[in-house]
Amino acid sequence: MTDNVISPAAATVRRPPSPPKPWTKPRITGYVLVGLWTALIVGLVYYLFRAWDRELVDKYAPTYLSGLWTTISLVLASVIIGAVLSVPVALGRMSKNRIISSIAYFYVYFFRGTPLIAQVFLIYYGLGSFSKELQAVGLWGFFRDAWYCALLSFALNTAAYQAEILRGAIRSVSVGQWEGAASLGIPKFVTFRKIILPQALIVALRPYGNELILMIKGSAIVALISVYDLMGYTKLAYSRTFDFQTYLWTAIIYLLLVEALRHLWDWMESRITRHLIR
Amino acid sequence: MEGSIALLGFGEGGWGLSIASGILVTVTLALATLPLGLAIGFFVALGKQSEEPSLKLASNMYTTIFRGLPELLTLFLVYYGGQIGVQKIGQLLGYSGAIEINSFIAGMFALGTVFSSYASEVFLSAFRVIPRGQYEGGYAIGLSYGQTMRKIILPQLIRIALPGLGNLWLILLKDTALVSAIGLADILRQTAVAARVTKQAFLFYGTACVIFLVLGILSSFVINGIDRWAAKSGAKR
Repeated sequence: MTDNVISPAAATVRRPPSPPKPWTKPRITGYVLVGLWTALIVGLVYYLFRAWDRELVDKYAPTYLSGLWTTISLVLASVIIGAVLSVPVALGRMSKNRIISSIAYFYVYFFRGTPLIAQVFLIYYGLGSFSKELQAVGLWGFFRDAWYCALLSFALNTAAYQAEILRGAIRSVSVGQWEGAASLGIPKFVTFRKIILPQALIVALRPYGNELILMIKGSAIVALISVYDLMGYTKLAYSRTFDFQTYLWTAIIYLLLVEALRHLWDWMESRITRHLIR
Repeated sequence: MEGSIALLGFGEGGWGLSIASGILVTVTLALATLPLGLAIGFFVALGKQSEEPSLKLASNMYTTIFRGLPELLTLFLVYYGGQIGVQKIGQLLGYSGAIEINSFIAGMFALGTVFSSYASEVFLSAFRVIPRGQYEGGYAIGLSYGQTMRKIILPQLIRIALPGLGNLWLILLKDTALVSAIGLADILRQTAVAARVTKQAFLFYGTACVIFLVLGILSSFVINGIDRWAAKSGAKR
């Protein structure tokens, strides 16, 4: 009988052995792929280390920094202007007036249906061909500058996307919220600002972050209309040196920028949805 | 007005023919990229939903990198990097002449990687919708993993993923405009040439925008058709 009694000490010690991890096909594939990535990254670091050129860095690092600043300021300015523009567009999309809603619809359809690069060309080169008319109105100074043209086209483009985000977010708040506020006698504008918007922004936060990242990535095309953003200076450096590391450094900078933003957004989302976690 | 019609027409001094060839290049490129991107995206999604951590890590790195890079930069990396890589391999094999890589192929690979990294996310969320019981049912009647995947999971997966993939197709169509930067004679490049020669930039870039809109509308029709066709074979609830 005593055999069946297990002392408490032995019970804690005698765990079942962890099952053996067999070398299954997915495991082998996974290890090979991770190995390939590691080799690629080690190779990249080794290449950048070998190719490190004091002269090149001294010459182009400051231009990269100023290019990065151009990218960031261009994106921030256009996203903010676009956010302001998106409000009337979103309201127009939700309007009961047929004419207003169809104008807003076509605006959104045009800017979402055509490539950003074609829009930039249309505004920079296309409107640029009306130089005489623009000079007559006094707007030529604005449209002559590639930076302003890029800003205008980006703002118009992102306004269309942000209007859809805003509309979807406002729609996602149930009608009962409006009705509840109305039954308390709260005016419509106050309802919108204090009840609807805070709830809508939680829904809109993630799409807004995606839009910001898309704009940062999309902004690289301004290099094609001779704006010297990060990509523009990279193209310049490559065309002068034919050194491939110029592109690799830019890739690293863009990746870090986008990843940092993505993590910032994850943090923000977990922070403002604290009250929703059960 | 009549002048613009003549400029866009197919007759003498009209740019219709060259723009039409640009449309052909754009559509061909997008159609050639699609199967490549779908195939890679599917396998990356398989890796992401696998239980093997190393496979997950490798697939997630793929998405992180190619979703984080600007499309234009990916294009340049593939184009110039590919050129240097091919040159190096050529030197190893004892060939010292200059080798140019085809900008169509470079564009296809660059857009394909970008497309696949987004497609893998679409496939992944579709995978998550399919309940485990579907796999278990497949195994229970004696199907192998590959057969279960092909005959049970994939048909459902495609139906669920279709709306997301339709959006990605529209994005791909727009992204093809970037290949004009590496010298491929697509819609944007052809209209840009016409704009420079005729000094009618607004007309020609406006035309390019309209062509992209029309291509998008035509695609939506096709996507809706496929959607209806796929919905027909779905379970009626």
